[in-house]
Amino acid sequence: MNRRYMTLLITALVLIALYACGGIYFNNFMRLRVLVNLFGDNAFTGITAVGMTFVIISGGIDLSVASVIAFTTIFIAQNVQNGWHPIPAMLVALVLGALFGAVQGWIISFFQLPPFLVTLAGMFFARGMGFIINDVSIAIKHTFYSETIRNLAIPLQGKVRLPFTATCLIVFVILGTILARYTRFGRYVYAIGSNEASARLMGVPVDRMKVAIYALSGFCAASAGIVVTFYMQSGNSSSFTGLEMDAIAAAVIGGTLLTGGVGGVPGTLMGVLILGLIQTLITFQGSLNNWWAKIFIGALLFLFISVQQILSRRLATRS
Amino acid sequence: MRIAIIALFWLVMLGLLYHTRKTRNVVFWPLLALACLLFFNLLFTPQFYQLDWWEGHLYGVPIDILNHSSKVAILSLGMTLVIACGGIDLSVGAVMAIAGAMMAMMSKEMGYSPWACIAAALALGIIAGMWNGFLVAIMGIPPMVATLILMVAGRGVAQLITNGQIIIFNDPILTFIGNGFIAIPFPFILMLIMFALTYSFTRGTAVGYMVESVGDNEVAARRAGLNSRLIKYLVYVFAGFCAAVAGLVMTSNIRSADANNIGLNLELDAIMSVVIGGTAMTGGRFYLASSVVGAILIQTLTTTMYAKDVSPVVAPVPKALVILAVCLLQSDRVKRYLASRQEAA
Amino acid sequence: MSQEILLTMRGIDKYFPGVKALSNVDFTLRSHQIHALMGENGAGKSTLIKVLTGVYPKDGGTIQMNDKAISPTSPRDAERYHISTVYQEVNLIPHLTVAENICLGREDRSFGLIRWRQVRDRARQALARLDLKIAIDVDKQLSDYSIAIQQMVAIARALDVDAQVLILDEPTSSLDEAEADELFRIMRNLREKGMGIIFVTHFLDQVYRVSDTITVLRNGELVGEFPAAELPRLNLVAKMMGKELDEVKELEKRAVGTTESGRKTVVSARRLGRKGSLNPIDFDMNEGEVLGLAGLLGSGRSETANLLFGVDAADSGTLTVDGQEVRLDSPAKAMRLGFGMLTEDRKYSGIIPNLSIKENIILAMQAKLGPLRKIPPWKANEIADSFIKALNIKTPSRDQLVKNLSGGNQQKVIIARWLAVHPRLLILDEPTRGIDVGARAEIEELIQKLRGEGMAILLISSELDEVVRNSQRIVVLRDREKIGELTGEDVSEQKILRVIAQQSKEGKEQ
Repeated sequence: MNRRYMTLLITALVLIALYACGGIYFNNFMRLRVLVNLFGDNAFTGITAVGMTFVIISGGIDLSVASVIAFTTIFIAQNVQNGWHPIPAMLVALVLGALFGAVQGWIISFFQLPPFLVTLAGMFFARGMGFIINDVSIAIKHTFYSETIRNLAIPLQGKVRLPFTATCLIVFVILGTILARYTRFGRYVYAIGSNEASARLMGVPVDRMKVAIYALSGFCAASAGIVVTFYMQSGNSSSFTGLEMDAIAAAVIGGTLLTGGVGGVPGTLMGVLILGLIQTLITFQGSLNNWWAKIFIGALLFLFISVQQILSRRLATRS
Repeated sequence: MRIAIIALFWLVMLGLLYHTRKTRNVVFWPLLALACLLFFNLLFTPQFYQLDWWEGHLYGVPIDILNHSSKVAILSLGMTLVIACGGIDLSVGAVMAIAGAMMAMMSKEMGYSPWACIAAALALGIIAGMWNGFLVAIMGIPPMVATLILMVAGRGVAQLITNGQIIIFNDPILTFIGNGFIAIPFPFILMLIMFALTYSFTRGTAVGYMVESVGDNEVAARRAGLNSRLIKYLVYVFAGFCAAVAGLVMTSNIRSADANNIGLNLELDAIMSVVIGGTAMTGGRFYLASSVVGAILIQTLTTTMYAKDVSPVVAPVPKALVILAVCLLQSDRVKRYLASRQEAA
Repeated sequence: MSQEILLTMRGIDKYFPGVKALSNVDFTLRSHQIHALMGENGAGKSTLIKVLTGVYPKDGGTIQMNDKAISPTSPRDAERYHISTVYQEVNLIPHLTVAENICLGREDRSFGLIRWRQVRDRARQALARLDLKIAIDVDKQLSDYSIAIQQMVAIARALDVDAQVLILDEPTSSLDEAEADELFRIMRNLREKGMGIIFVTHFLDQVYRVSDTITVLRNGELVGEFPAAELPRLNLVAKMMGKELDEVKELEKRAVGTTESGRKTVVSARRLGRKGSLNPIDFDMNEGEVLGLAGLLGSGRSETANLLFGVDAADSGTLTVDGQEVRLDSPAKAMRLGFGMLTEDRKYSGIIPNLSIKENIILAMQAKLGPLRKIPPWKANEIADSFIKALNIKTPSRDQLVKNLSGGNQQKVIIARWLAVHPRLLILDEPTRGIDVGARAEIEELIQKLRGEGMAILLISSELDEVVRNSQRIVVLRDREKIGELTGEDVSEQKILRVIAQQSKEGKEQ
């Protein structure tokens, strides 16, 4: 058994166990609609987590994502209210998100600063910029939203339709997986996270890669922001504080090592689904309280971090 | 009278600035930034320096600043030691919530004496710190990862304690912690006491020096016979304790335990205070007083913006710029550049 | 086989702030050649390699590859000129698979997507070129394999770019004998195929087993290039240590007198060893005596010191202090027995760079006292001042940060740190490395003074004359093993060189 897949296996087992639990205890749990909602409701977390996964694999961290999401939603909502068509607003938002990430990446690599601090500054900055656009929630009223996006839902079975947000998530996960597994970019990300000095000696353009990695994370966060507008039909500059921690937690539970070099997008998807399932289970149960979700997630984090710690210690003693 | 006070204040301030500059004390930089802000207010915010004495209490904007900055300052004391040791503690905000929840719950629902409530809350903070210390010092998990666990789970624990309710309490002693006055607000007095204790403990014993040694070069410290694990363990315990105290202040201040919001994002403010204070994220030398000034600086910045009717929503932007500026000043690249400029001049 | 010149380096200079790392060094490599590059610490071996591979820009001289002048700007750039390097601490990515490591940055792609089948095939081919005895699964994670295999993978990666020049930087330092044999077989294989190999090493036996030519550097200068068959090992050792054989004369010894019988034994080690770092070793240390450890780099000198000070825990043998058997697994424990140790790498494990001289000096003392009994400031000042004076530490003030001092003064600060705790046994690992001549003499004088006061001292140095001058007794190490002990009249450079150079008992010639 390849150690590489060991944590992924644990993640999968936890996911299946949670799903089975739901199936055993609650009647309607196994219905397709629940599954579809699981994807739809967690789409924005998932898309953010895809970008975060790349950042973490490269050995960094991006605390700014939640603020970028909030900025994107308010940016789009405000501009649509000002009479733009949503599509150009979205495109500009995507460019801004990627650019914002790129600047953070540049500061991190050029000044050799800890990503934690730089993206912390980025987090406040993006949040403030969102507030400057508008500090109240703005509803998005546009036929593009009320009709086009709605019509993009894919009918599955009877009345159940796969919402467009879920489709977005699936597309991002597939593209992210391809990017990680089948491109030089992806390999370089792993190389940098695993051993930056070696990667440099092996010819990896480390500095340029860091700019690109944080740009990717900013792009994913902006995309997640767009998905949020589909989902909420509004923009709000104060929403989603703390989402960066969910994204990080999802990546860690999905087997991505916070010290870099190990992980993958499919694992992160599973991590997101685990987080979502815990919420769903608690909703189904009704009397169980929300805080158990947090404690349970904390326990899962501890489990995965410990397993990884033990594995990486074994690795260290070997060499 | 008012003018005399202001003049006296500025005399002291300038004296401090002069002294810290001359002794090359690190506190000079945050102090200078603070002085600039205060000077700005002197010119453009007339009501800023208004102090009122009413029923034995001192009121006014500066007093509010000191009052509100106290909890972050208390957090920053523990955080300073953690960062000096080369670590970081993301869980302090959640620990504040846990401590507050414990205090409120024991007082309101179980009817314990306020002293028992306080003791239990502080004990819980210490236990939380022990958990972090165990993960970092014994298991060897990177600090950011290790403390993330409690950051996520901690609020759940707090809600578990309060049963998800916002528990309102009215015990006079417990509400005094966050609202009381002994001429000036009690939280500030508490902060000063905590500061004095921490300062005298770290500098009066060799603890501070050992923390700095471990943070600056752990290998060398171990080779010289220091028990680096124990030291790392203890700083997390202390950070947990500080978080509990800050949690008590905040919970008491709003007279209710709100597990969702108490201490939310304050870990970031605390880290910021420490970094602004001049303690490097990579560990080594630490400056407790400077961290406290950093906390006051952040609060002054926020208050100034309120006072200038800058929409509070813009507040994060200057915060971001301050962090970035401090980061850049610490960057080797910028340092080298400045040094070469200085040589050229 | 015809040997053509592949690579010539002429008059290479390299300066670092305050140091001339290479001065006017020439080096020539031919095809079908294994060319050993030898020298002690600070000789400039790795600087030369780094200049050649573009890690450092050169400050003077020319490099020609296949008759064309080149100046590589990065290792990647050097690969374009068919020069590949395998570094000592295997510079690969532990978390990627073998195939990914071999092909990183050069993957076969179509439409931007990596074609893993091709990549794997190519990796297998690259490995096949090495003609290995063991099968390597290219889909396994690199860190699943031993260092030896990782080294093979690194070589395979180097070959994947059509290397004509292969640089192996200390490739055998963490290999066992069988693994090293396998490596040598591969090296000879590659030589057959016409490759030029630069082999950086400090193991004498190995040099003679595979190399055709030996270039010796010392202190950044070229000592000479010699055909391996015509350079007796005694001469090689002498050249590496900077001696001409006929010049090695009896130096005036500072350490007067030999070991007097009846000195109290402080420590005795019996079969003390640690797997992978030091083969079991016996030695005694006595009061008022300097025991020298001589041997080339990597012979196990520092490893011995680390076991004695509890930096690494021994896994075999016994250590007896005052007749009591002790187990040392931390420096703190060793300090409680009255030991002190000046470590080899000042920056990494010696100084606390951002603390003051004073704080660095009292560190060990404070560690012994524990955190609560703080040395009062006046006393700390007194201690610091007395050592600054006694050891002649050049500084404007005791509050100066240690990182701002010169190497020699930093070293004195750390010596002061240990003297402050009055150890009965002091380990000095390379006490004079990177230090100017004046400070060196002062430190040697100090060693004798301490010995006179009854301290037991373990002295490790790459400078042979320094060991000879200062020790009463010398343990000679080679290849992580004790190969001799010299006392009395035998303590001489000549004798040490001979012991090091003698054929190892089981040393197999090819």
